[in-house]
Amino acid sequence: MNFWDYLGNRHQQLLTDAYQHASAVFQCMVVATVLGVIIGIVTYRSDWAGSLATTTTSTILTVPSLAMIGLLIPIVGLGVAPTVIALTLYGLLPIVRNSIVGLRGVDPSLVDAAKGIGMSRVARLFRVELPLAWPPILTGIRVSTQMLMGIAAIAAYASGPGLGNEIFRGIASLGSKNALNQVLAGTLGIIVLALLFDAAYVLIGRLTIPRGIRA
Amino acid sequence: MPDSVPDSVPDSEPESVSETATATSTATATASTAKATTGATIELENLTKRYPGSPNPAVDEVNMEIKAGELVIFVGPSGCGKSTTLKMINRLIEPTSGRIRINGEDVTDMDPVKLRRKVGYAIQSSGLFPHMTVAQNIALVPKMVGWSKSKIKSRVEEMLDLVGLDPGEFRGRYPRQLSGGQQQRVGVARALAADPPVLLMDEPFGAVDPITRDHLQDELIRLQHELHKTIVFVTHDFDEAIKLGDRIAVLRERSHIAQFDTPEAILTNPADDFVSGFVGAGAALKRLNLTRVRDVEVRDYPTVTVDDPLQDIFNKLRSGNTNEILLLDKRGRPYKWLRRGDLMRARGSLARAGTLVHDTVTRDATLRDALEAVLTDNAGRVAVTGRRGAYEGVVDMETLMNSVHELLEADRLDAVEHQHELEEQRAEHTHREQEGADTGGEERA
Ligand SMILES: Nc1ncnc2c1ncn2[C@@H]1O[C@H](COP(=O)(O)OP(=O)(O)OP(=O)(O)O)[C@@H](O)[C@H]1O
Ligand SMILES: [Mg+2]
Repeated sequence: MNFWDYLGNRHQQLLTDAYQHASAVFQCMVVATVLGVIIGIVTYRSDWAGSLATTTTSTILTVPSLAMIGLLIPIVGLGVAPTVIALTLYGLLPIVRNSIVGLRGVDPSLVDAAKGIGMSRVARLFRVELPLAWPPILTGIRVSTQMLMGIAAIAAYASGPGLGNEIFRGIASLGSKNALNQVLAGTLGIIVLALLFDAAYVLIGRLTIPRGIRA
Repeated sequence: MPDSVPDSVPDSEPESVSETATATSTATATASTAKATTGATIELENLTKRYPGSPNPAVDEVNMEIKAGELVIFVGPSGCGKSTTLKMINRLIEPTSGRIRINGEDVTDMDPVKLRRKVGYAIQSSGLFPHMTVAQNIALVPKMVGWSKSKIKSRVEEMLDLVGLDPGEFRGRYPRQLSGGQQQRVGVARALAADPPVLLMDEPFGAVDPITRDHLQDELIRLQHELHKTIVFVTHDFDEAIKLGDRIAVLRERSHIAQFDTPEAILTNPADDFVSGFVGAGAALKRLNLTRVRDVEVRDYPTVTVDDPLQDIFNKLRSGNTNEILLLDKRGRPYKWLRRGDLMRARGSLARAGTLVHDTVTRDATLRDALEAVLTDNAGRVAVTGRRGAYEGVVDMETLMNSVHELLEADRLDAVEHQHELEEQRAEHTHREQEGADTGGEERA
């Protein structure tokens, strides 16, 4: 069976996997974004808190993904839970780091001006600092998403959802006639998804970055 | 060149016509908000700021009373604590000790956010938020204090008018689409939007080119003329201080007040070497910037117009007690200086006779500009013009010299008198302080 026949035969299954893959990444990204930006907001003002946050999240990133999931299974069991937790943790680093960098990079004279005209702490954060830090934060989110696309494939190891199942099935049956097709379909699916997400981010950037600071 | 002083407006926009239009619309705009808040008094009492980790205070026991509607300049060398003092007034920097009173109300412990909404603040880099349009920037404070949408909208237009920007053109622009001078104006408009009684400005014109700065200074003077806010303005340019200030506080290190007085008094009677050093050379010349042509005697001069019959012109030249007359054009504007004999040499042709008038000044020009014009004129005089450039009189070297001497003499008398007052005050102050120190010492003992 050649690759195209394989796709034709299995498209139902592949689409389901792709959908679940995308959905897992998307949901984890939402959680990682919210958490990451909050961590950034809480820590960017202090030198040590900022470095603590970046160091912690980058340490998480150095744990091999298979090992991370392996460690999580005894704690939270198989299935969706270890996948979501692992992906969220991995997704944090670029977002935390870019939030901190972005928020610290806001021109101090603008913060001074915002204070000077009587903006409260909260107003300053939401009306001045976050909007100005948004472009780098969005870049962080984009990088994170690309990364999670690949890492999500490992989730299949813990019986998680997604295109990883396809790849793992292929690896498990290496030598059989569909093995290569399976690995290929899973990998290409992930690449296509990654490209689609990236396109979406370009659009989001256009819609959410204020015209006055768009490059 | 000097004749362009009062309407020296052609900044980036070539629009002397719409300039007057702006001025009138501004006048009506302010008239419509007749209840506009005018200035409040500011009192600083033993105001001190000690930054953590530095042995000496950055601002040390500053006492100052600023009157309502006054434009006070803080001037002094870099690092002397001007900005720190200024920022303590709206508590961007919390004082270590001392009190701040605005209109008699102690604001040292009030909610700083509330305080700042009543105190306009404009800074060097304009501080405009790049992700908001000009209109959004200006609307910020009115929005925060809860004005209605429609009121905010008309206020934005009014403020843009006030600072000389066409609302239709600039409302929707982003700060990066404005020149430095325009950004600075929007910054001032934003600071004034919620009609605060007090305006703090920290080197607002420090980052623009000299011509734009001059222009912005003129605008500020005009604005203050209409609004009568209490303005505290920080600069390290003494000439700017002289031009703008009702009173100038010359500060030395740790914000100690070396002299706090009118520009005239500081120029003619600097309190000590530090102040004279800061005033720099040419105090008498700088003094000329403070007086306008309208304050000195403008002489009449024999004139004729181009429409007069030649015979009349001849007669006038021959009979007059000067040997020169001023020829005016059809609209009464100075056109040519005619000397006896000029007409002869030109064989009776007005078109060829005499020397063209190339410099005039208006009554709003400073004496410095007038002097400049007189010095560059080879006969040592300059024609003064009024509306539409029409002839009003002549100023010459002699008048200028006399006026300047009178001015300086008057300044000196004022200063001496003032010095006496100050000494009396100081004596009283030290007296009280000594008593205070005595009791303090006993308590500690
Ligand atoms: N945040 C700070 N922490 C410690 N020291 C400070 C701080 N801000 C200012 N200083 C010090 O306080 C002194 C006064 O500073 P300030 O900014 O008020 O000076 P300035 O008169 O405004 O000077 P410039 O004309 O250069 O703006 C300086 O010696 C400065 O080093
Ligand atoms: Mg300063």
